[in-house]
This record gives sequence, C-alpha cells and structure tokens, in this order.
Amino acid sequence: MAAYNFKHALFSAIVTLIISYPILGFNLVSEGSSVVLKGADAFTVVGVFIAALVVFMFQLFRDSFMAMLGRLPALNPLANLPPMPQKKRLKVESILLTLMLIAALFWPFMASRGAVDLATLVLIYIMLALGLNVVVGLAGLLDLGYVAFYAVGAYTFALLSQYVGISFWLALPTGALLAALFGLVLGFPVLRLRGDYLAIVTLGFGEIIRILLNNMTNLTGGPNGIGGIPDPTLFGMEFGRRVKEEGNTSFHETFGIAYAGEHKVIFLYLIALVLAVITALIIRRLMRMPVGRAWEALREDEIASRSLGLSRTAVKLSAFTIGAFFAGFAGTVFASKQGFISPESFVFLESAIILAIVVLGGMGSQMGVILAAIAVTILPELAREFSEYRMLIFGAAMVLMMVWRPQGLLPMRRIHIELSPQRGDR
Amino acid sequence: MQDLLYFIQQLINGLTIGSTYALIAIGYTMVYGIIGMINFAHGEIYMIGAYTALIAITGLTALGIAWLPLILIVALICAMIVSSSMGWAVERVAYRPVRGKHRLIPLISAIGMSIFLQNYVHLAQGSRNIGFPALIEGGFRFGDPDSFQTSVSYIQILIFATTLVCMTALSLFISRSRIGRACRAVSQDLGMANLLGIDTNRIISATFVIGAALAAVAGLLLGMYYGSVDPLFGFIAGLKAFTAAVLGGIGSIPGAMLGGLILGVAESMTSGYLSGEYKDVVSFSLLILILLFKPTGLLGKPEVEKI
Repeated sequence: MAAYNFKHALFSAIVTLIISYPILGFNLVSEGSSVVLKGADAFTVVGVFIAALVVFMFQLFRDSFMAMLGRLPALNPLANLPPMPQKKRLKVESILLTLMLIAALFWPFMASRGAVDLATLVLIYIMLALGLNVVVGLAGLLDLGYVAFYAVGAYTFALLSQYVGISFWLALPTGALLAALFGLVLGFPVLRLRGDYLAIVTLGFGEIIRILLNNMTNLTGGPNGIGGIPDPTLFGMEFGRRVKEEGNTSFHETFGIAYAGEHKVIFLYLIALVLAVITALIIRRLMRMPVGRAWEALREDEIASRSLGLSRTAVKLSAFTIGAFFAGFAGTVFASKQGFISPESFVFLESAIILAIVVLGGMGSQMGVILAAIAVTILPELAREFSEYRMLIFGAAMVLMMVWRPQGLLPMRRIHIELSPQRGDR
Repeated sequence: MQDLLYFIQQLINGLTIGSTYALIAIGYTMVYGIIGMINFAHGEIYMIGAYTALIAITGLTALGIAWLPLILIVALICAMIVSSSMGWAVERVAYRPVRGKHRLIPLISAIGMSIFLQNYVHLAQGSRNIGFPALIEGGFRFGDPDSFQTSVSYIQILIFATTLVCMTALSLFISRSRIGRACRAVSQDLGMANLLGIDTNRIISATFVIGAALAAVAGLLLGMYYGSVDPLFGFIAGLKAFTAAVLGGIGSIPGAMLGGLILGVAESMTSGYLSGEYKDVVSFSLLILILLFKPTGLLGKPEVEKI
C-alpha cells in the first residue's frame, strides 16, 4: 500500500506541475505584431512548486489524513440531531419566512442606496431561481437555456416601450406571457427528448436567442442594446425629478416631500419583493396541486406515471411554460431596474449561475433556493477586493459543493402524513 | 463556373473547420459513451492545448530554432501532454467523486470546472486575444486568375492530413489495442466489465486522456488557422463540437466524425451564402431539427427502454 501511495503521490505531483507550470510560469505578451514569452515572477514559480509539494504530501499520507478527519468531531452540530417532526418543522419554517419577510420590508429604509439596489438584484435572482426550480427541481427537466426566457421578458418591455410606449405595469404581464409562449412553442417539440438531449437543445435555443438579439441590429440595437427603459409608476406618479409623461404627477410633489433619488430605488425594490413573494406563493400552491404532484411523479418514474394515465407532454409542457413565465416576469423587472439592456446580460454563464443556485439550494426546496440565491448574489459582491479571482472561486466552489454536499443546502422534503400515536401505545 | 468554384471554396473551408470539430467531438462522445455525462470542461481543455502550443512555439522561436517541422512536432507534443494531464486531473478532482450521483450533479460540477479553467487561463495569460504567428503561409490556387479563385492553403491541407492520421490512429487503437477493447467493453456495460476484471477507473481516466490529447491537436491546428487565441476561445468551439457529437449520435465515434464534417460544411455554407453572423444560429437550428426527427442522432443506436 505504501509503495502504491508513493507512486501515486509522485504521479499526482508531476501532473500538478505539468498543468500549472507552463500556463502560470510563462506569460505571453503581445509586443507590436509579435508575441514574446516572459517568465513569470519568482513568487508564482515558487507557488507552483509549493502546490505540487502539497499535492505530493497529501496523496502520500492520504489514508492517515482521511482517518484523522474521520476522528474529528462533526463540524455541523445539527447534523446529529434527529429530524424534526413535520408539524414542528413547518411551524419553524413559516416563522422564519415571516421574520425574513418583515426584515425584507424594513431593509430599504435602513440600508444605503447601493445595498438596496443589490437587494433588488437578489430578488430578481430569487424569482428566476424559483422559476427554474419548477423546471429542473420539480419536473426534472434539464434546462440550460433558461436565460433565453429572461431575455424575452426583458426585451419585450424594452422594445414595446421604445416603439409603442408601453408602461411597466402593462409590460409585466405581456413580457411574462410572451416568455411563456416561447416556452410553449419551444417545449412542444423538444420535450419528447431524453434528459441530456433536452439540455443541449435548450442550450442551443438560448444561444440562438442571444445571437439573434445581437445581430438584428435595426430592431434590437445589436450589441449596443436598448436604453431609456421607463421606470415603474405608482398609480400614475413618477419617481423622477420631473414628470416625463403627460397626465402623470410626480411622487415627491404629491406627497409634498423633498425629491430624493432613493425613492425610486426603494420603490423598485418593493415591487421586486412583492413579485418575488407572489412567485413563491404561486409555486408553493402549484406544488401541492395535482399538477405539482404530477411533475414530481413524472420526474421519479416516467413509465409508471404514464401507465397511471398522466400525459407526459402536458405535464412537462406545463412545468416548462410556468418556468418560462416567471423568467419573463423577472426579465421585465430587470429591464426596468437597469434602464438599459444588451445581449451581454443574457449569456450562458447567467443560465449556469441560475442552475447553480437551484442545485446549491437543494433541488425542489423553495427555502433552500431562496437562501442560495441570496448567497450566490451577495457573496461575490462582498468579495469585491478579489474581483479578479471572483469567477475562479465561483467555479471552484461549484465543484467543491457538488463533491461535498450534492443534495444542496436544504434538501427538499416531501410533505407526508404522520400517523399520530394511538392512546393505547403510550 | 464561378459559382461552382465559390461553392467548392466554401466546401473546403467547411471541411477544414469540420474536421477539427470532429477531433474535439471525439472527446465528448467517448466520455458520454462510457459514463453518460456531458464533459462541459472539454472546450476549455482544447483552449489550454492551444495556449500551450502557442507558448511552446514562441519559446522555441526565441531559442532560435527555425526548422518548422521540429517546432510543430514539439508544440504538438507539449500541447498533448499538458492537455492530457489536465483531462486526467479534471476527471480525478471534479468527476470521479460525483460519479453515479444524480444526473445533474456531474453536469454542474463540469460547468463549475469549465468556469474555473477559463478564469485560470484568464488570470495567468490575460483576457486579450494573443496572435498566433503565421508559421505556414501560402497554398494552391485553382481557376481563372482574373476572377474568383478557389484556394487551398497549406494549413488546410495540414489540418486534413493531421485529422486523418489522428482518426485512423484512434480507430486502430479502439479496435485493436487492449485498452481500446476494454473501452468498448466498459461503454457497453460498466458494471459487468468491472466484474470481469477490467479496472474501470483506469479505463475512464484513459478515455479522458485520449479525448484531451485529440482536443490539444485541434487546439494547435485551429489556433494556427484562426491566427489567435483567447481564454473564451474554448467555450464556443466546445459547444459546436458537442453539437457535432449529438448530431452524429452521441456515444458513436464515427458519428462524431460525420457530425463534425456536416456541421463545418453547414456553417461555412451559411457564412458563404447568407451571413457569417448567422452561422451559429444555423448550426444550433440544425441540431434541433435533427434531434426532433431522429432523436438519437445520425449514427446513434436507439435506446430501448426496459421496465
């Protein structure tokens, strides 16, 4: 065993050197028209060798190291507690949710403008993740092009406001319905496909939408995007300093308060909050309705569900369309928040991030998905100093999370009926 | 005559690109055939191959070596070694621990790995694209010198020839060698192969290494053909190659070759007759259409569902 360990450790260390030294140790620098090679600074080179040494030592003493880890007390003290009974768990969950909601309501009046803006983004991601959770978590359909529906929602608002002058409140249902229509039209033919094929077709669809947005320059402005998207109004009250549209009044004049830029940000945040709550409630309801049970049944065993009379196409299509609908919702809010959109906001990475949120949170679990959305959006912002390394860390975190805790932060638990102990048993 | 020459030109360009897609697609299709997962980081491994080749070429030129075949061969070998090691390490770190878990878990892990590798190269080499030196210039020309000429550059010939050699070597390896036979056995039934004494872990590692080595070849060739590399260069090529693999029937090696060629030709025809901007739209639409009418791809075996 020791000999094997030594050989393996040596091999691993050499591989570490091979994959890191050429890329990190030599820097290609363009000088005029030619490219020259420069050696990296000593710090990097030493780092590469230290990394190889660490890998060597770890592999050499792997067995004893792992045994030592096993002897350590569990890091998570909650892990050994027996699971809470369902009634208690539901109660704790609802109390937590209420507290979170109250905190979310008061948050914008205490935090800075930038923090509120970020919180709005978090809420948009919560909507997206909850929508994708229906498609991936509940129905088990792997959708890698979810961002396409988000783009449809955002561009619907942007285009309609530019050409027709539509308002936010009208654009919200329009964008969501149009995204749902896209979902329906795409879903109808492709949902017959097996999992991985579905994944790649949706990925292709997402890319097609992005490329079309990028190239139909006279309609969408191409890579330059569309700007001047109007802000939402509150019963005809605008939040700008001056009223832009006739017939509207301005918020600060109606209430006789001084104009402040924060009003608009807070209002947008509150809209996003209400919409996110609505999204969560609708999906929560759907999960317990027959259609929600059908999603899960089809995910667990397609043949059994079909033989019990579920229509495969109808069930999958409903999940796909509902997911697309909420993406359209989120897209409209996003367009309104940014005031400017371009195809750059709808790249594949965005789909990957939303999917990562769903999987990190625990597929199917709403609470987990919400927490994961908050974590995934806020952590990179906190790590601004490491902004260069942000995506590197994000990628590594995705891999590590899958290796260590693939079931997610809060795995979904099915609602079940508990038999109450009978009196005689006590 | 004009039109014919133009058509032939597009065909040649398409086959050139297509044969490199086929080289990358092999990596996807072999991995999928054996463990049924989409190796999302494969495009990045190809990109790392291209970078390593460029580093080797620049280094050798700086050392004063000017004999072209030597430069190319050394660059090729360096790229293959680094890429294969990367393929091996990626499998070890990101895929083996999650093997056999829910279908989504390895996929997310692979997407994470892809993001990681992209940013690894981005941090080490900068985000700007770097020019590949034009080592091989010139080519043959056909047709009337006064009007449109069909040209076949030496690079295109090199790409064809290298791809042909690699494909032949791979076919021989898969059909004749011990490891190749084990690969086929594992792709038919992993559990059974394991019971019969095949070290399946080693075979799976070997699959990743072979796929990565072929991707490195494609990296060198396409880097020279396009004339520049950047850290995002792997993503779209990986996507195309995956499309090619699905087009031809994922899990089937001849299918990957066929799919690559069809995709390459479809793309160059679109850029030749419509507009270069829409070539990606056409290739993805082609994928969707093929999957709708023949869900297993062109050469894939239909999967029988058993209860």
